[in-house]
Amino acid sequence: MPTLVSDRKKSAARAGRPLPELIFGDLWEFDPAPETADPKLKARYNLFIDGQFVAPKSGKHFDSINPANEQKLAEIALGGPGDVDAAYQAAHKAFASWSQLPGRDRAKYLFRIARLLQDRAREFAVAETLDGGKPIKESRDFDVPMAAAHFFYHAGWADKTEYVAPGRRVAPLGVVGQVIPWNFPLLMLAWKLAPALAMGNCVVIKPAETTSITALKLAEILQDAGLPPGVVNIVTGAGETGAAVMAHPLAAKIAFTGSTEVGKIIMRSLAGSDKKMTMELGGKAANIIFEDAPIDQAVEGIINGIFFNQGHVCCAGSRLLIHEPVAEKVIGKLRHRLRVLRVGDPMDKNTDVGAINSKDQLEKIEELVAAGVKEGAELYQAPCRLPPKGFYFRPTLLTGVTMSHRVAREEIFGPVLSILTFRTVEEAVEKANNTPYGLSAGVWTDKGSRILKLSTELKAGVVWANTYNKFDPASPFGGYKESGFGREGGRQGLLDYAKIV
Amino acid sequence: MSGPSPRAAISRLFDEIGPVDAVGIEERVAKYTTRSIKKASKVQGLKLAVSMVDLTTLEGKDTPGKIASLCQKALHPSEDPAVPAVAAVCVYPSMVRHAKRHVADSSVKVASVATAFPSGQSPLKTRLAEVKGAVADGADEIDMVINRGAFLAGEFGEVQDEIAAVVEACGDAALKVILEVSELETYDAIRAASFLAMRVIREGDFIKTSTGKTSLNATLGNNQVMIEAIRDFYLDTGTAIGMKPAGGIRAAKSSLHFLVAVKETLGDAWLTNERYRFGASSLLNDLLRQLEKEKSGAYQAPYYFSDAAESY
Repeated sequence: MPTLVSDRKKSAARAGRPLPELIFGDLWEFDPAPETADPKLKARYNLFIDGQFVAPKSGKHFDSINPANEQKLAEIALGGPGDVDAAYQAAHKAFASWSQLPGRDRAKYLFRIARLLQDRAREFAVAETLDGGKPIKESRDFDVPMAAAHFFYHAGWADKTEYVAPGRRVAPLGVVGQVIPWNFPLLMLAWKLAPALAMGNCVVIKPAETTSITALKLAEILQDAGLPPGVVNIVTGAGETGAAVMAHPLAAKIAFTGSTEVGKIIMRSLAGSDKKMTMELGGKAANIIFEDAPIDQAVEGIINGIFFNQGHVCCAGSRLLIHEPVAEKVIGKLRHRLRVLRVGDPMDKNTDVGAINSKDQLEKIEELVAAGVKEGAELYQAPCRLPPKGFYFRPTLLTGVTMSHRVAREEIFGPVLSILTFRTVEEAVEKANNTPYGLSAGVWTDKGSRILKLSTELKAGVVWANTYNKFDPASPFGGYKESGFGREGGRQGLLDYAKIV
Repeated sequence: MSGPSPRAAISRLFDEIGPVDAVGIEERVAKYTTRSIKKASKVQGLKLAVSMVDLTTLEGKDTPGKIASLCQKALHPSEDPAVPAVAAVCVYPSMVRHAKRHVADSSVKVASVATAFPSGQSPLKTRLAEVKGAVADGADEIDMVINRGAFLAGEFGEVQDEIAAVVEACGDAALKVILEVSELETYDAIRAASFLAMRVIREGDFIKTSTGKTSLNATLGNNQVMIEAIRDFYLDTGTAIGMKPAGGIRAAKSSLHFLVAVKETLGDAWLTNERYRFGASSLLNDLLRQLEKEKSGAYQAPYYFSDAAESY
């Protein structure tokens, strides 16, 4: 009697037929579905100091371009040390009254900011996508709602700061200097502003050179919300402007999110000063998949882990560690999944992977991938058409990578997944931890006890189990080792903007 | 006594096919619903969906007259000649000969539920006789239900042997195996039942979500689990099994989401009514309504569309 007939019998019977393959063709193509909301951009953006938009002392502006088509979007003010100083003086002046304001009044401003951002969500999503190249789907469904969520969450904390350190009294630090990266321009701004303001600090912040627009649009919201002048000051510019923000004597604390390289430079320059610091730096996260994992959902999580925001994510799961028994199966499924990723115009609502943020970044990705191939890794890229203009890179798998490959050690910060294999749990942990970084990790297994074991053994600030890239304002985020120190989000994040008195 | 114990059979099957993570599946399918299908691609998708409908009536009050009107609608869903006929009409066995009379010379197939639909709680002999009777009356396709009682009791061998027996009883008729997902409850069980069925049915046969007679029917989640099972089975064996979500798909928009799932999981070869069907009745009129809207730019009142069937 044929009980539980196995497919292997049929496989044998199939001898002579071509290998079955799936066809991901153009039988049913999607028409372009462009998002058409008006981003309401100005032709020229000035610095936001003391509640006003002011021209930079240098009189100079630089262009912000759309990485999807290399067209100019707006001119951004080039702030210099003089402007940074003006911003710090304004913040210092504002601190006297802002820090004395009852928490419930500070909360009122934060709630207003959150609501105004929600009101203008579509406009902000479009601006974010135009300026940074990320798919509209992501700015619409992730960046903007999460930014609003951070303001809402911290608004709730503003009148409860006595619970930040139970049994102790806390006070704001003073003026905080912040520098943020280009991968999540608006969201990183919210991560930095919301806890600082909730605790009663004032802020001087510098957005990334290539992505300043949504920060300056948020300045309009700060004005609309009636936030007292000087509480938040936004100074735009390049590296030197950032250095001036970090080095200013009035800064009581420095918060930096960006590359480990720049983080180290900042730390060196601040050595010996009494400035408090938090650093959220690079990562080279291991995403570990065991043979008992739910493979299809793991593949989905791996794809989300590395191709979310074109891989411009500090906690991206850029090193995939596959348990040897399932390596072939997982790689096969990844290839299929890669073929249905839609790469192209970030403004199209169906685009999954958008444009690389800048020409520099594209060149860096190309260089590292070429190095990987030269060192013997096997390259697989999604066979998709790329737009003729703009900065694009095909979603890429590198197989046969070992721990001594450059692509297994250096942060690529692009849509490139380095694939390694392992045999035992111990080997997986060893490989995962064999990196100067320690920001995040992922574990995919059906076995609960293994999740618990790995969550303590992996030296990473966040360990996701059977999921990846999940964020919440209440959940502290930050790194081990050279991925930085300090936490953002939750009670721990607030504590980093307070002093115990 | 021979053969493995039920327990051993269960672990062996689950080991072979692997687990399903419910949270992950639901996240995956949520992405299908954000796909924006516009203009020509929308029209193409809607027409494709029309051609995949198994237009269904499964009521105690069905009469030859009701079947006649259902068949007429199936043959000519719309006055617009560019709108294709549906794939099949789906009826109870006693109505097969009436339906056959109306659609005999067309592309529209006659599908019949059988095997003591929807519960399946009759002796196997009776169920097989019902299948043979429906085929003899002219059914091109048989929609059977699996023995959920045996499945939940761990008697996987029995479930599979019964499906194999129905395959035999079908002769040349195509078979659709209804798993009744709401009674299996977990995605793991749905995946297991899919494999049990696929290993004994033939190329061109289908697996199907539900009878439409319980509280929960086709969802993007259980559709995804089943089409992933179909994909894995195809890549392993080369045997292409079809899929039929049934019940609960009423809006044209949700049928497009199901088609996006097919496009991105199984690929172009499944975007045909030979491999994908919708078990539905009220869906058809919403598809026509949307097609009309694409043409005229305005939504038409429901009374402009014939046979607003409310069942299933």
